[in-house]
Amino acid sequence: MKSQTPSPIISVKDLNVHYGKFHAIKDVSMDIRRNTVTALIGPSGCGKSTFIRCLNRMNDLMITAIVTGEVNYNDRNIYSSDIDATEIRSRIGMVFQKPNPFPKSIFQNVAFGLKVNGFSGDLDEAVERSLVQAALWEEVKDRLGDSALTLSGGQQQRLCIARALAVEPDVILMDEPASALDPIATVAIEDLVRELKKEYTIVIVTHNMQQAARISDETAFFMVGDDYCGYLVEQDETQKIFTNPSNERTEAYITGRFS
Amino acid sequence: MSIDRMKFSPKRQMRSFSGPALYMVCLISVLIGILGLAVLVIEVLSTGLPWLSWHFITDYPSRHPEEAGLYSALMGTVWLMGMTSVLTVPVGVGAAIYLEEYAPRNFLTRFIEINVANLAGVPSIVYGLLGMGLFVYWMHLGRSILAGSMTLALLVLPIVILASREAIRAVPSAYREGAYAMGADKWQVIKGVVLPSAIPGILTGTVLAMSRAIGEAAPVIAISALVYLTFIPSSPLDRFTVLPIQIYNWVSRPQEDFRGLAAAGIIVLLAILITMNSVAVILRNKYQIRSEE
Amino acid sequence: MPREDFERNLNEVQDDVVKLGSMVEKAVFKSIDCLKNRDIEGSQQVIDEDDVIDDMTQSIEDRCIDLIALEAPMASDLRGIISALMVSNELERMGDYAEGIAKISVAMGNLPPLKPLIDIPRMADKAANMVRQSLESYVNKDAESAYEVVKSDDEVDSLYDQVYRELLTYMMADPSTIQRATYLLWVAHDLERVADRTTNIAERVIYLVTGSPMEKF
Repeated sequence: MKSQTPSPIISVKDLNVHYGKFHAIKDVSMDIRRNTVTALIGPSGCGKSTFIRCLNRMNDLMITAIVTGEVNYNDRNIYSSDIDATEIRSRIGMVFQKPNPFPKSIFQNVAFGLKVNGFSGDLDEAVERSLVQAALWEEVKDRLGDSALTLSGGQQQRLCIARALAVEPDVILMDEPASALDPIATVAIEDLVRELKKEYTIVIVTHNMQQAARISDETAFFMVGDDYCGYLVEQDETQKIFTNPSNERTEAYITGRFS
Repeated sequence: MSIDRMKFSPKRQMRSFSGPALYMVCLISVLIGILGLAVLVIEVLSTGLPWLSWHFITDYPSRHPEEAGLYSALMGTVWLMGMTSVLTVPVGVGAAIYLEEYAPRNFLTRFIEINVANLAGVPSIVYGLLGMGLFVYWMHLGRSILAGSMTLALLVLPIVILASREAIRAVPSAYREGAYAMGADKWQVIKGVVLPSAIPGILTGTVLAMSRAIGEAAPVIAISALVYLTFIPSSPLDRFTVLPIQIYNWVSRPQEDFRGLAAAGIIVLLAILITMNSVAVILRNKYQIRSEE
Repeated sequence: MPREDFERNLNEVQDDVVKLGSMVEKAVFKSIDCLKNRDIEGSQQVIDEDDVIDDMTQSIEDRCIDLIALEAPMASDLRGIISALMVSNELERMGDYAEGIAKISVAMGNLPPLKPLIDIPRMADKAANMVRQSLESYVNKDAESAYEVVKSDDEVDSLYDQVYRELLTYMMADPSTIQRATYLLWVAHDLERVADRTTNIAERVIYLVTGSPMEKF
């Protein structure tokens, strides 16, 4: 049930990304509403990862990346020159495809973001809270000092989520978070996403259409054009996209009919 | 669809011979190296062991072989190595961080990188002369340990820089990305994630550098001159001598006994080297276990 | 071609539905024919052949369930499979009505005819046409034609009213006709239900083609 539409938490306008001469994504405009899960689907190379990395300015780390257009977070363009990228990243967090916990202890992993952002409260409590939210606390509470690398793949990914949650962001971006995990771990991540959307807004890139159908409220379909440039084809409620999409290219992709 | 077996001619008979043959060749090469080293060590041990004693280590050199010891050279070496490492590590690691993390990919950076690599190959005597001119005379530091350690630091800096760069480069970019994604700025990423992971490699590089420095006689001779010291240093500005110099000193004496002393000195030098390397290996393993379970 | 097997399976299911439809259409025709001509043997055949219709419906249902479980169909594929399921269900019920009419034929046996059958065959014609047209619109994915089927249900309904009133008059005038009249009433009722079911099929077709239920069309 949608409430009276407050302004979307993220609003993208005419986003274009070039890597050097290569035009990666073209004229993308879309809105992301609060407390929803938005799934980004599309074939390989269509720019979904590029797009999601623009939302928290991770593309700044690529020297050749040129971003034009606006990404408005709470009605302020994060690419304007007076905005500090590190502040954006503490409000819009990210979880990556391959779990990448630091080679430190479980506790230190979760505490890292807190220390980096100058957290002055009770560190133990904050770490516990994050691990509870990431549905990992019960499994690790007796071994917080162990190296994070002793955890299984699914646990490591939940640790990365806990790490991102620790700094209390508004939005969590997930770039194919379950694609490196086995089916059981995948289900755990999906359940976690459903739980998290009550408090956070989530944008998730996924190759797995069934996953997008299962967990998202809205789905955006990206495609690569004949000019090898990625663009947004259609964005709508997930239920509509998967039962009766408006665009025939969406239909072709969803029914697996394009070669 | 069957494979046409006739198109393949794997020469299996030949391979079953050439495989072990190659293995033997490689084994022999290794054995030659080890054998050479073994012969050296045995020679040194047999000549030097009789002269090795507690008083040898704690006495000062003397014209009489029975009373000679290498205390001054030993302490000089310890002081020199200590000061060199204090100078080299911060500068070397800092340079490596700059080159890997901050430097833009342009011609100037490339130029710096090439020069650093080339400096590693410059003959050490050149460093000695440089040190003499720059530190001993121009900076008026005199023939002191300070001048010596600054010279040696310059000598081994390229090694530390290269090794540290490799270590930093080896840190997976996934760790960096994870740190940035939480709102860390560049320095926090380096301090919190990159350096801790790179420490094993940096340590190895430092020990490698010190192992080279400890045996360098030429530049140290240029700085401190061939001296016959009967005191140990008590400040960075003191005169000094080191083990290689003392050993050379003994070797160049005509008496037979001094050859024994020289061999004993070599044993002490080797012992220090082995200890240093072992410590480094232990430290590296300790850090590696923590980071790579 | 991507998902070749899946495409083939989808088409086969659709073909099966069409086959089922023509079986049902024939059954309706035949049951009325045999009623008109007092062909007891023919009616018995219709009753027996209903088993074939039931089996076919079951096999269509099984195939659809397998496709859903194994192929994760989406969008138009999903609507297609669901429609095949529901259309076959409607057809099976229509087959049951044809069987019902045939059973009445048998029950009436050699009783003298009450009156010449005029309206009931007309109802049967219309109903059978609706069956055919709804199936054609299913095959051709023609929403317009499906809509026409929905509208033509009114004609069948008014014919049914007519038959009902006529038979009622007979029954009120002469109580000895009640048995035969009620038989005929049942037949008319079954035909009216057949026509109703075809409108359900037509509504399915509209949903399949447009993705929205009929009210929005």
